[in-house]
Amino acid sequence: MTLDELPLGTPARIVSANWDALVPEEAQRLKALGIEEGAEVRLAYRGVFLARDPIAVEIGRMTVALRRVHARAMQVELLTVLAA
Amino acid sequence: MTRQTMVAALVGNPNAGKSALFNALTGARQKIANYPGVTVERKSGRMLLPSGEPVELVDLPGSYSLNPSSPDEEVTRDVILGRMAGQTQPDVLVIVLDASNLEQHLVFAQEIIELGRPVVIALNMVDLAERDGLVIDPTALASALGVPVFPTVAVRRRGLAELTAAVAALRDRPLDAEPVHRPHVTAPERRMLARQIARAAILSETAQHRIHAQLDRVLLHPWLGPPVLLVLLFVVFQAVFSWAEPLKNVLDAGFTALGDGTRSALPASLLRDFLTDGVIAGVGSVVVFLPQILILFFFILTMEATGYMARAAFLMDRAMAGVGLSGRSFIPLLSSFACAVPGIMATRSITDPKDRLTTILIAPLMTCSARLPVYTVIIAAFVPNRQVLPGVGQQGLVLLGLYVLGVLGAMGAALLLRRTVTKGAASGFIMEMPKYQLPTVKDLALGLWQRAYVFLRRAGTMIFGVTVVLWLLLNFPRAENPQDQVNTSVAGHIANGLAVVIEPIGFNRDIALALIPAMAAREVAVSALATTYAVGTSDDAAQGRALGDQLKSHWSLATALAFLAWFVFAPQCMSTIAVTRRETNGWTWPAFMLAYLFGLAYAAAGITYWIAVTCGLG
Repeated sequence: MTLDELPLGTPARIVSANWDALVPEEAQRLKALGIEEGAEVRLAYRGVFLARDPIAVEIGRMTVALRRVHARAMQVELLTVLAA
Repeated sequence: MTRQTMVAALVGNPNAGKSALFNALTGARQKIANYPGVTVERKSGRMLLPSGEPVELVDLPGSYSLNPSSPDEEVTRDVILGRMAGQTQPDVLVIVLDASNLEQHLVFAQEIIELGRPVVIALNMVDLAERDGLVIDPTALASALGVPVFPTVAVRRRGLAELTAAVAALRDRPLDAEPVHRPHVTAPERRMLARQIARAAILSETAQHRIHAQLDRVLLHPWLGPPVLLVLLFVVFQAVFSWAEPLKNVLDAGFTALGDGTRSALPASLLRDFLTDGVIAGVGSVVVFLPQILILFFFILTMEATGYMARAAFLMDRAMAGVGLSGRSFIPLLSSFACAVPGIMATRSITDPKDRLTTILIAPLMTCSARLPVYTVIIAAFVPNRQVLPGVGQQGLVLLGLYVLGVLGAMGAALLLRRTVTKGAASGFIMEMPKYQLPTVKDLALGLWQRAYVFLRRAGTMIFGVTVVLWLLLNFPRAENPQDQVNTSVAGHIANGLAVVIEPIGFNRDIALALIPAMAAREVAVSALATTYAVGTSDDAAQGRALGDQLKSHWSLATALAFLAWFVFAPQCMSTIAVTRRETNGWTWPAFMLAYLFGLAYAAAGITYWIAVTCGLG
């Protein structure tokens, strides 16, 4: 599953990213924001009206807006939330 | 040996609260300029050490790493490494961290600490972290990082004395002959370390519902978010149009009174005419924009300070992506409907340089308020006041059409520009959403003052020059008979040449003569036409009606429509040109803007004219 297909609000981990599919500056910006392999993320918002673009991802205590094309380059796995 | 003024720099991620800290440390003693050769803003100011000794404090653009992915980040890296021409390497670096986002901000902080330069850390916005249920131990942080850490709350001036004292202490510490070699680590290692250090420094963390998450649930809602934005923008526009108008009139009246006073105080002479018609009227025509600029920037700065601006960009990104831009271009373009000058100034928030340039280039196509006098006079004279549908008049429809034409032109231009002159891959939209905050009055006031100052000083000098040149063109050589002055002048001769060029698009020589002074500002075209057709009344409404009658007897409907189409595109506003020069740091882009917009105006007027003539309206 890719990051853009993640159901809203479900915690997940980025397992791999196809950096070559992205513009170098954008890939670098994503990495600088910590959106890279191993990061735990949650899809918080998706699109306006019926559009599915852009999306907002929660990572740590940050919310980052990005486009679907960026999210599509990220493979994610669902995290099972352990009851605390 | 006299010691030079010490230089310190604030460095940190975007949204670390650097600007607020900078304002708190320097007060109003700030200088804003551009770094040489780039359009990145250089902000510096005077900070006082506890001893009263002044230090030059530079506010570096927010960065995520020393490996730059934007011109802003390049400047930050070059300054820190002492590679920036015209900027001495800072003696002390003050790293600004957002206390509630340590995991993220410690990545860049480690990279800077590794350089071995004198460093002190401002653990900023600890109050907001506490609001989010997060308590941080600065001592744990300091021992983990090996540098001094001071908790600060910029807006309440908390921790500032300790911070400046630490800067002073670092300055007095002799620099190690051999810089400390810190272990160099890779980016992923830095991120892992950042997480560990952050976790270790957190004393307590309660899972409070963060305020910003709750606000976003409404403001970023796919169906609720856009209407909220729309209502907000409506309020902004209402304010820009209705609040600015009385202030504009007061300024207008002030300059008219100043001109009249000067006229009666001085003996009739060329110098007197130069002062009243050239200098006072010319500078006055620019200064009247100030209320609009201030009101608009009040809202823009508020939206930025609260964190809403990033949400507006998120909501509008999809629409802007259609023409190759991103959500960040939305506010500047929207502002340009009031006036392109503040709109272009507002493009500073667009990080991608190509996006920013495209936005600047198409901003003049948004129908600004200065076009309204021209549109209303021509429409009132030539378009019958008929109801097309109940409540929908033909005149209103034409006016709406002109607005739509401008927007369509801008969209087309953006698409074309993004594929040609401003071609470049990166127009993506990756943006951190800052936490919501209440803006402080002091930061807002300082921001407004800076915008006003920049506009008046930078644009003012150049606009003054152009005004003088225009006045000289219209007044030399001198005519025997004052009635013939315009025709005898250089401008008159230019108009003769211009008339030949614009004849194919249905314009006569009277129009050519009006277009020259209208280079100063579009609405000048109305008074210039009134002068040409010798409409002798100073009452605006009466002037409009009388001018309308004159125009109807001199122009065909096709000419009038072509004239309207011309003004949708023509870049006839020297304030816009001046501000474009300032914001793009050179004459290349204003020259390009002039060329492409005049080209479009010529084509649009020509097409309109010939279609109208073909339809039998000639």
